[in-house]
Amino acid sequence: MADDVLFEFLHMEMVSHIYKDQASRGEMDKDRATCVSTLEGMGFRVGQGLIERFTKDSPSFKDDLDVMKFICKDFWINVFRKQIDNLRTNHQGTYVLQDNKFALLTQFSNGKQYLEEAPKYLAYSCGLVRGALSNLGMDCVVTAEVSLMPSCKFQVVIQKI
Amino acid sequence: MLTRLKTQVPLFSMNSYTKLREKLKLSGLSFASTHSHVIRLGRHSRHNSKMAVCIAVIAKENYPLFIRSVPIQNELKFHYTVHTSLDVVEEKISAVGKAMADQRELYLGLLYPTEDYKVYPHLIKWYVTCLHQFFSYQIVCILLYRHTRYGYVTNSKVKFVIVVDSSNTSLRDNEIRSMFRKLHNSFTDVMCNPFYNPGDTIQSKAFDSIVSAMMVQAS
Repeated sequence: MADDVLFEFLHMEMVSHIYKDQASRGEMDKDRATCVSTLEGMGFRVGQGLIERFTKDSPSFKDDLDVMKFICKDFWINVFRKQIDNLRTNHQGTYVLQDNKFALLTQFSNGKQYLEEAPKYLAYSCGLVRGALSNLGMDCVVTAEVSLMPSCKFQVVIQKI
Repeated sequence: MLTRLKTQVPLFSMNSYTKLREKLKLSGLSFASTHSHVIRLGRHSRHNSKMAVCIAVIAKENYPLFIRSVPIQNELKFHYTVHTSLDVVEEKISAVGKAMADQRELYLGLLYPTEDYKVYPHLIKWYVTCLHQFFSYQIVCILLYRHTRYGYVTNSKVKFVIVVDSSNTSLRDNEIRSMFRKLHNSFTDVMCNPFYNPGDTIQSKAFDSIVSAMMVQAS
């Protein structure tokens, strides 16, 4: 019961720690970018390890869409205890994953309050998805956007070589 | 390297055949004649043949993360062996892409068997004198061991290759699968270790011990 919130608290503390760390070292402008990339980097490494564990017993994936479906279902369930609500693609390597009640944002607000603070809390999850996909052999760029809390959209653009 | 023993006459005389057999038994080599004109001499495997001779973990970019082989003096040969097996692995992976996905695909099965030969110069002389009436000259090449390679690919395109010495008994499929299972589990643990950066060589002691348990005991 209490297990769910453990990671949420840890995540909140992670974000605030990284921002506090950077702030104490001066210059606010560069910091936002480095904080976000630090968080994203953490998520990346965790994503790589997680995907190794989750795909240990599953058969190999047929194609990119198969991989994205796996991320939306099994991966998201294991990490955030729910599935992605909506997956859209243009079949040209761009996927949009929409989560209507993103686990890490539910405590913030139910509307537009604190909207400008939201991106900080999405960086880690973007890294998570990017790490997972990179370990499966798909290099991509993952960005996230929030218009109405707690729903958010992750956009995955696969980089073709 | 290997020269088939060419014979002008189809069969040896019984005498020299038995004499040869005796001689070979004393040197610890077994003797089987497969065709009438080819003699293959095999060495009795001194170790438990249910163990691997070489285990390798290869990264997605096809460089080794971990290679360990038992006869230390032949290590380079094993490196080459594993390298060549990668071609077969790639071929299997791309073939699989066209077929329907099912559970077994992680395990690629037997890659290809090899028979390795080594020349025993001290045996040549008396062997030749034994049968000199039939042959002008020949080089005796002795089948030293039979190596079979098995492959396994994870979903993150990390490949495991196990080379086993199967000169005595051939391993059952299940045993090989369970070896790969253990390897995969151990590798997953290494991957989740925060002190391990993906792409580095594997230096985890836990992984080492799992691998050592699967390798042949040095005789």
